[in-house]
Amino acid sequence: MNRRDFIKLTIKGTAALALFKGLDGIFRPSDVLAWTSLRRFVFLVDTYKCIGCGFCVKACKLENEIPFDAGVSRTWVERYIVNGEGEVFADTPKEARYGFTTGRIDLGRGKFKDIPAEEIKKAYFVPKLCNQCEKPSCVQVCPVGATYQNADGVVLVDRKWCIGCGYCIMACPYGMRFFHPVHRVADKCNFCYHRINQGLRPACVQACPTGARLIGNIKDPADPVEKIIRTQQVAVHKPEYGTNPQVYYIGLGEEVR
Amino acid sequence: MVLESLWTVKELFVYPNEYIYWAIQIVMYPFMTGLVAGAFVLSSLYHLFGIKPLKEIARFALVFSFALLMVAPLPLLMHLGQPQRSLYVGLTPHFTSAIAAFGVVLFVYGSVVAAELWFLFRKHLVEVSIELKSKTNKSLTETIRYAVHTILTLGAMDVSDAGLKLDAKAIKVLAGVGVPIACFLHGYAGFIFGSVKANALWMTPLMPVIFIMSAIVSGVALCMLIYIIIMRMKKFIASRKNDSAALSTVKEMNSEEISTVQTSVKYLIFFMIFSISLELLDLVFRGYTAVKSWDILRNVIYGTDFVNIFLLQYFMGNLVPLILLLLPGLKIRRLIPALLLVLFGVFMMRWNVVIGGQSFSLTFSGYMDYQLPIIPNGLETFKEGLGGALLIAALPFIFFWILNKVFPVLQTKGPD
Amino acid sequence: MHVLRPLFVVLALAAIILIARSILIPSDFGIHERGYTYGWYRQSNIEEWKNFTVQYQGREFCAACHTQQAQKLTSSKHKNIECENCHGPALSHPADPAKLDLDRSRELCLRCHANLSYPNSQRSQIKGINPDQHNPGLECVLCHNPHEASKPH
Repeated sequence: MNRRDFIKLTIKGTAALALFKGLDGIFRPSDVLAWTSLRRFVFLVDTYKCIGCGFCVKACKLENEIPFDAGVSRTWVERYIVNGEGEVFADTPKEARYGFTTGRIDLGRGKFKDIPAEEIKKAYFVPKLCNQCEKPSCVQVCPVGATYQNADGVVLVDRKWCIGCGYCIMACPYGMRFFHPVHRVADKCNFCYHRINQGLRPACVQACPTGARLIGNIKDPADPVEKIIRTQQVAVHKPEYGTNPQVYYIGLGEEVR
Repeated sequence: MVLESLWTVKELFVYPNEYIYWAIQIVMYPFMTGLVAGAFVLSSLYHLFGIKPLKEIARFALVFSFALLMVAPLPLLMHLGQPQRSLYVGLTPHFTSAIAAFGVVLFVYGSVVAAELWFLFRKHLVEVSIELKSKTNKSLTETIRYAVHTILTLGAMDVSDAGLKLDAKAIKVLAGVGVPIACFLHGYAGFIFGSVKANALWMTPLMPVIFIMSAIVSGVALCMLIYIIIMRMKKFIASRKNDSAALSTVKEMNSEEISTVQTSVKYLIFFMIFSISLELLDLVFRGYTAVKSWDILRNVIYGTDFVNIFLLQYFMGNLVPLILLLLPGLKIRRLIPALLLVLFGVFMMRWNVVIGGQSFSLTFSGYMDYQLPIIPNGLETFKEGLGGALLIAALPFIFFWILNKVFPVLQTKGPD
Repeated sequence: MHVLRPLFVVLALAAIILIARSILIPSDFGIHERGYTYGWYRQSNIEEWKNFTVQYQGREFCAACHTQQAQKLTSSKHKNIECENCHGPALSHPADPAKLDLDRSRELCLRCHANLSYPNSQRSQIKGINPDQHNPGLECVLCHNPHEASKPH
């Protein structure tokens, strides 16, 4: 074998070895075998009970270090008012961080709407938070594996790995995600995973004075939330997107956007 | 505090977290990769299909495609919240995401174009290397030039007829392999948008095809435009010399140029018609099926974005240049504005998809208005503002000028 | 045959990239419980989230020392309101912070007590006032004690 052929062989051999070593990092068969967890966190919202106080939004922001005055939040409350003609008015003033302290609806661009009390035929509040979907489209589109779903069903964001492309924010049909104003990575509600993991309730659930927000474990037959979801007429938001959301609502009117 | 609130104005009922997150740089990125793909397809029309009138523009288009490719990652780096982590797409790619394809496609496509350039210019590299090797007192620039050209030859010094024939064959293979890869390079960008079920405007299987077709339109138009400008410059220099030899080359360039331009225009018109048909099909379908999102989309398409879509994109960017190109007796005087309008039309198409898709809320009951930052008051409003966009637009020309020093397209005639 | 030379260059680049990857990719990054589509992540991030600081402690934490106030509150109409809703998160009070950030503002009380007669919400059952007419601009706590939640003395 002459020198040229030897060099060629060495290069080819090294390339082949490098290829195998590199691919090994992607496909590790042992990890593919899924195991079922005893916990699957789900959420229950009762819109009849929600009084629009917004303490949940305040607690969430402070608990999870989201700047209070920034126009983003991991959770918020919406208001729906329907008049006699079936006209729907909806708003969420400053994501309800100060609650709802006036009947005026902010239409943006400096315009407001006052609806007299006698014209209001239907009106209620709807808290919204991340649905921790069973088939999260936001996780599907992350190019680097910075967002993922753990065994408990909670969808988390790896702050040290997110590149800030914003694809997950685009992919969420519910508008739950946002760019953290300080960390410049994607952020969203994670059911206060640091709290529920220790047996505490999420900050919003604890702060709610009426019990409109509840968290539960759908895999525990003794869980009161599990019982309600399995036996009462509950609904999920925007099921048509096929993401299989796990936040269930009592009193989700057809006008809810 | 929320950066995106600097250029987003919300109206009526919009979710709190909704802002225009994908701004001008996400408009520039598909525009740039579209030019990359289009320039390559133009080049392959000669190198693969042997369409003789396109010979001169083909070499130029290939080098320009590479210059554009070098610029393509920059809009993304300017957009990312953590640009220093951009390589993570190569480290832990999540291939269920269309964006993860970016790393692989960029590498493969870049390799194909670089290889094709190498085969195309190998003779020139060898000639320069030999010429400078024999020179004893090399200046600094000459030493660098010698080093660069010699390294790039990769030691393949055989410029006999047999060797050049091999080159020609390799070029054909690469041009053939490169076309589907170029289509994938831009098709995946279309898939990035078309597969987002959460966005009522973006979600359509037609999106990757529309993107590829309009990409080819933009690539052909840009290459034609630059080619014409270069030919004008050459003519100007030749006529200045004012001798019979120079004048004969001017005449030669005239007939060549006309033949190249005429053939290019035919392909441009073909792809323009294809692209417009697909977009109109999408619009008609949406209006006819009128699903839940149609009410808000109709308000955006025929209301808030009417000027952007129908006046700027369809009328000025498609209809007017099509008429200009189809009218008989096409002269350069008419061609240049037509090509500029075509490029403008393709840019507006990207704008209307990216920004248009964020002009309405997920609630289907609210709107968002995008206000492009013109005067920057910091790094962020420069990167995602007019300044950043203009920088991206200018860079391919600078990179092309540098590449031209090693892969000259403005002087020599190639071996093919 | 010089035709394959560019291919060798590309393969060499690919080899370098693959070797670099095996060094730079975190060892705990892989496919976990939910499969490649939904479970592709860096395992140690779970611990990082578990260790995130808990800020709100809940009323049992407050009641442990502030028993009098807690009892007053529990026998009032405000019994379902968490102390920290108005007093702010306790964190590791009294170590840190020594004093909590109490919100005494009118706006806080209006969250519930600005009268909104919404037929489908419990909000309509809360005794409320018209903020523009009932002592506008004044703090509610000047006359009302939130721990007693009764009419002014």
